[in-house]
Amino acid sequence: MVSLAGGMPNIADLPREAIGAAISKLIAENGVQAMQYGSGQGEPFMRDKITEVMAEEQIAAHADDIVITCGSQQGLDLVTRVFCDPGDVILAEAPSYVGALGTFHANQCEVVHVAMDEHGIVPQMLRHAVHTLRAAGRKVKFLYTIPNFQNPTGVSQTLERRRELVALAHEVDLLILEDNPYGLLTLDEQPLPALRALDAEKVVYLGSFSKTFAPGFRVGWVLAPHAVREKLVLTQESATLCPPVFSQFAIAKYLDEFDWRGQILVFRDMYRARRDAMLEALPEHMPAGSQWTHPRGGFFVWLTLPEGLDSQAMLPRAVTARVAYTPGTAFYADGLGSRNMRLSFCFPTPERIIEGVKRLGEVIKAELVTRATFGIDVTPAQPIRRDLTVGPAPDVN
Amino acid sequence: MAHTGPIVVLAGGLSHERDVSLRSGRRVAQALRSQGGEVIEADVNADLVELLSGLSNPVAFPVLHGGVGEDGGLQQALELLGIPYVGSSPEASRRSFNKDISSPLVAAHSVTVPPRAVLPHDMFRELGAKHLIKALGQRFGYPLMVKPARSGSALGATRVNEPSEMPQAMVSAFSYGDVAIVEEFIVGREVAVSVVETDGAPQALPVVEIQPNSGIYDYNARYTAGETRFIAPAELSDEVAAACAEVALTAHSVLGLRHLSRADLIIRDDVPVFIETNSAPGMTETSLLPLAVEAAGLDFGALCRQLVDAAVK
Repeated sequence: MVSLAGGMPNIADLPREAIGAAISKLIAENGVQAMQYGSGQGEPFMRDKITEVMAEEQIAAHADDIVITCGSQQGLDLVTRVFCDPGDVILAEAPSYVGALGTFHANQCEVVHVAMDEHGIVPQMLRHAVHTLRAAGRKVKFLYTIPNFQNPTGVSQTLERRRELVALAHEVDLLILEDNPYGLLTLDEQPLPALRALDAEKVVYLGSFSKTFAPGFRVGWVLAPHAVREKLVLTQESATLCPPVFSQFAIAKYLDEFDWRGQILVFRDMYRARRDAMLEALPEHMPAGSQWTHPRGGFFVWLTLPEGLDSQAMLPRAVTARVAYTPGTAFYADGLGSRNMRLSFCFPTPERIIEGVKRLGEVIKAELVTRATFGIDVTPAQPIRRDLTVGPAPDVN
Repeated sequence: MAHTGPIVVLAGGLSHERDVSLRSGRRVAQALRSQGGEVIEADVNADLVELLSGLSNPVAFPVLHGGVGEDGGLQQALELLGIPYVGSSPEASRRSFNKDISSPLVAAHSVTVPPRAVLPHDMFRELGAKHLIKALGQRFGYPLMVKPARSGSALGATRVNEPSEMPQAMVSAFSYGDVAIVEEFIVGREVAVSVVETDGAPQALPVVEIQPNSGIYDYNARYTAGETRFIAPAELSDEVAAACAEVALTAHSVLGLRHLSRADLIIRDDVPVFIETNSAPGMTETSLLPLAVEAAGLDFGALCRQLVDAAVK
């Protein structure tokens, strides 16, 4: 099976033996503290280190405004719990990260998607959504956005788009929840400034070590204005008492004693080769009518199938052909996305990616033949989508 | 004589029913552990041969559904490796898994089966789907059933109520393979009869009746707790229950199955109609064989252990 479905980072290139030795030393020298309860906000030395990491994306922050979480996924949950009541509206890109949709749903919030283009979420559509919802008496609590190499589309917001979004947040008094797990995994250019780097007032920021180091430690963080931070700490304490202390000691040691910036360059080279393998294989194997994004970083390509195909219905054929993907419907709260799929290039080797794309091309072609055989040109019950909600246009550069 | 080596419960594999298999495997492993002895849970992947080769006197208990577990491939590999296993031979597994082969074999022994047509995708392409669909409707009438020739857990199976639903149903079936079965839809009470064979003599367990809340015993109804009401033993007359057991034993015997199987039947006008037999029945908490074992007053763990002992005889 070639799985182009999951989003697991490839951590095989980490210097595991050296990390193991460092962790052994950590236990010997600081085990009593590292294996004890810790601060609900997270250890001060860890928060100091995180300010250095965020500086790579031009974020100037004080360690006091950081709350360490059990992965940024918990940060997402804490922020939602602090800000939202059942029935509130959260705006999100169309499509958006499935794990965020799950968290919002679990907190009984309604997700309203806002269209994207090749430069990210479209400001005029965002403005329209906010005005329309508020006019209808709905409480819009925040915009959830992944500005860099978005999951699932791989699309990044341009610097101009980021500035527009921040200005719009002030114009309509809207909080932005910026989720940035992939920002440092830029493959073609230097990182753009985070939204939080452009505005400290309207942006709550979620960061993570899962992609730049390793997800098993489960360490992420929230950077939030002071008043919000206090509520987050209280919520964190009631949920877990404190984020994983040992993991914080281990990651702080990694940041102290290893060339973590150099390791990110190693990761970039590895992911670039995989991204390139996928982007080179797609035009060779995909049938006419297929479109896909051209991510400049991160883990994902977003594929739009030829008219009439349904990625969920096609999945059994793909599994039979030993290739897996994530159907596009997973990334919409409103049932759209049946013509789309997310392809991950993060975990399989370039050779396996090429083989997977080849198999996928054969699957799609066979599905087209079967549908043509039975005279099915358009999937029944498929909602007709407005142009801007079809998903991001492919980057032709 | 009881087997003393490690028991390797094989579950998972790369099939559409992987998740179900993992749940079945976990349940069987727990049941076997309750009987003592070493139990190892293993997936069917590139590490398996090395694992089995490193064990002393192992016996395999495959609990794989669909593809690799039921088409005889795994059993063939175990025979090549010289490892005894619970379940049917490669040939019998293949016969059972291919519904287009198993059904006529069972029907030849005076068992009622639904009238059906087995058609490859290419035939629809060559002759024109419109013409064949029309002929199928005229032959079987509506509603009818469309399903893949090689699949389990009702995956790719659709009840078709009218001609306009046929194209989508055919596409769904062909998502699981190149051959589809179109058959008369049998209206009646849906039941299952499990057969176990621990001492060389197949024994039919009590009939279990299936009443899905949605009216359709699809994948969701099969594996979501509370979605289906099971009645075990089914409330049937002795004659009908005996007829069901007879059909299940006939299928088990005619197809050359071994150790365990489960026949799926529909009772129409007190006559059991044979739908299919599974050589690797589900063992999850909502599966039919464990329910039948309980209804028979047997201990599931003890039965699994007896099957292991039978495999090494």
